[in-house]
Amino acid sequence: MTTQPHTLHQRTEITNPAMPLSLSGKSLSLGYANKLIAEDLNIAIPPGSFTAIIGPNGCGKSTLLRTLCRLLKPLQGEVWLNGKAIQQYPTKEVARQIGLLPQTAIAPEGITVTELVSRGRYPHQSLLKQWSQVDQIAIDRAMRVTGITELANNLVDELSGGQRQRVWIAMVLAQDTPLILLDEPTTYLDITHQIELLELFFALNQRSGRTLVAVLHDINHACRYASHLIALNKGKVIAEGKPADIVTPALMKAVFDLDCMVIDDPVTHTPLIVPHRLLPAF
Amino acid sequence: MEQAYWRIGHPTSAITFRLPKKTVLISAVLFAITLTLAVFGLTKGMLPLTLQQVLQALQGDGSLTLQTVVTQWRLPRAVMAMMTGAALGISGAIFQSLLRNPLGSPDVIGFNTGAYTGALVTVILLKGSYLQMAMGSLLGGCLTAVLIYLLAWQNGVARFRLIIVGIAVSAILNALNIWLMMSATQESAMSAALWSVGSLNGITWEKSLPTGIICCVFMLVCLALARPMQILEMGDDLAQAMGVNPDRTRAVLMLAATALTAAATAITGPISFIALAAPQIAQRLTQGASLSLICSAAMGSLLLLTADFVAQHLFMPTQLPVGIITISIGGIYLIALLLREARKQHL
Repeated sequence: MTTQPHTLHQRTEITNPAMPLSLSGKSLSLGYANKLIAEDLNIAIPPGSFTAIIGPNGCGKSTLLRTLCRLLKPLQGEVWLNGKAIQQYPTKEVARQIGLLPQTAIAPEGITVTELVSRGRYPHQSLLKQWSQVDQIAIDRAMRVTGITELANNLVDELSGGQRQRVWIAMVLAQDTPLILLDEPTTYLDITHQIELLELFFALNQRSGRTLVAVLHDINHACRYASHLIALNKGKVIAEGKPADIVTPALMKAVFDLDCMVIDDPVTHTPLIVPHRLLPAF
Repeated sequence: MEQAYWRIGHPTSAITFRLPKKTVLISAVLFAITLTLAVFGLTKGMLPLTLQQVLQALQGDGSLTLQTVVTQWRLPRAVMAMMTGAALGISGAIFQSLLRNPLGSPDVIGFNTGAYTGALVTVILLKGSYLQMAMGSLLGGCLTAVLIYLLAWQNGVARFRLIIVGIAVSAILNALNIWLMMSATQESAMSAALWSVGSLNGITWEKSLPTGIICCVFMLVCLALARPMQILEMGDDLAQAMGVNPDRTRAVLMLAATALTAAATAITGPISFIALAAPQIAQRLTQGASLSLICSAAMGSLLLLTADFVAQHLFMPTQLPVGIITISIGGIYLIALLLREARKQHL
């Protein structure tokens, strides 16, 4: 194959317009048969943003994310994708618009890096059209952007946790969707790999214009890298907006029940949360 | 990567296939060995023939006796051995992939026990013909699969639960089978007993045609679903996010795989080991990440044809049922597999 220069902002997919997609949920009730997690929830993901969903454990972050990409059907309400109810799209069409990296992804034993990344092209392929040039370009680019090109022929089982996570992200990138949802993508990684990934997400969002939505555990990471925060607690949106505009000690108290001060991050000049001691100092 | 695949069709055309080279090559080699063995097998028997005579008969030349022996007696047996072997191989690969467990094969879960129950009911209780027995076996296999599926259902199918429920249901069905045999007339019990060990003795074109067609149809269904099956291996959430409906795909795959096992059982009686071992051996050979259906089919063909060859010729002139051979080898293989799995869990 001829090598052509590709930059991040060059989209390979013809069917997907470069225009960012709108994704929102209106009066959503989320939960399972016997457990209501959220009621009358209204969510809008700003097109082109890097949105972080934050909140304490069990507040419905992951449930919300799964609902937004149609993994779960809301008990009530509707998720809207580009002005149309998401339930009305064919399944594969949703998969060409929204990519998801779930926490439960399983790498089949003995799979190589390239092979795993290639599987991200599934929504663009069919029984009779199993492979196209666009597929190859998307895979090469996804691997280059995530810096795993040299790992191409390695087995996924043999990689470190950080490398493996980058392979999964390359797979979602190869899916080439305008919207990418990430469910706690940095969990179980050491600090260096966490920062590496967050920098990657930031760059992807900035340079390619993809909308990113991530459930993040570390509020400081969210403040640093996200352009938009949605703070959830007990199934309610407590606040949403630019981190610098909404993150205050009062918000932290309301969302996490945490006493803290908010200072300026000396590197990025974003809000930095510094918790107070819980016990009186000895 | 570039070397690992064959691309068929220009990348910009409407139809393009991508075939993993290694898998295709290994499958082709397995198939070639199978064919060679099949032709060699046609020369053997009570009336030894030369290779030339066999080829002559296959082309429609030679004496009537020669043609009858080769194309009416020996050929259907070889062809059905290959076809049921392939069906069992594919069926096993699908179950092992869906259950993510090398033990999750239809003969362990007991779908072929269910197929056998269906056959017994038609032969003993309904006094059905051969064709009706084959249909009964198909129906029995599918009903057992549905029953096991429903019993194992708990907000979706728990994989390990399905295996355990399958083993339990097959134990109950085994008891039912024995009771059916006990209550049968001696004549029908004899024929049922012979059938119960799995045998290709006395196979004819007429007997094998209907189920043979069913086999072919479901094999094609399975091959068409091979790609969604691979995606399912990465977990339900991811599969759904990539546009695969996990529950529906799984249900169709299980139905097709069950139908394959049941159809094979209808032709030959329950033959164990092939569905269990063929996909695993194929995977060792290809070292691929996913169980390859084509390669499992080729391996299944080769295994069953070899086993049948041994069964026919080991104790000439006595012919053993092929099921005896596969179950003996299969027992040893199953123990080895269990030991390996147990060791893996210890680590």
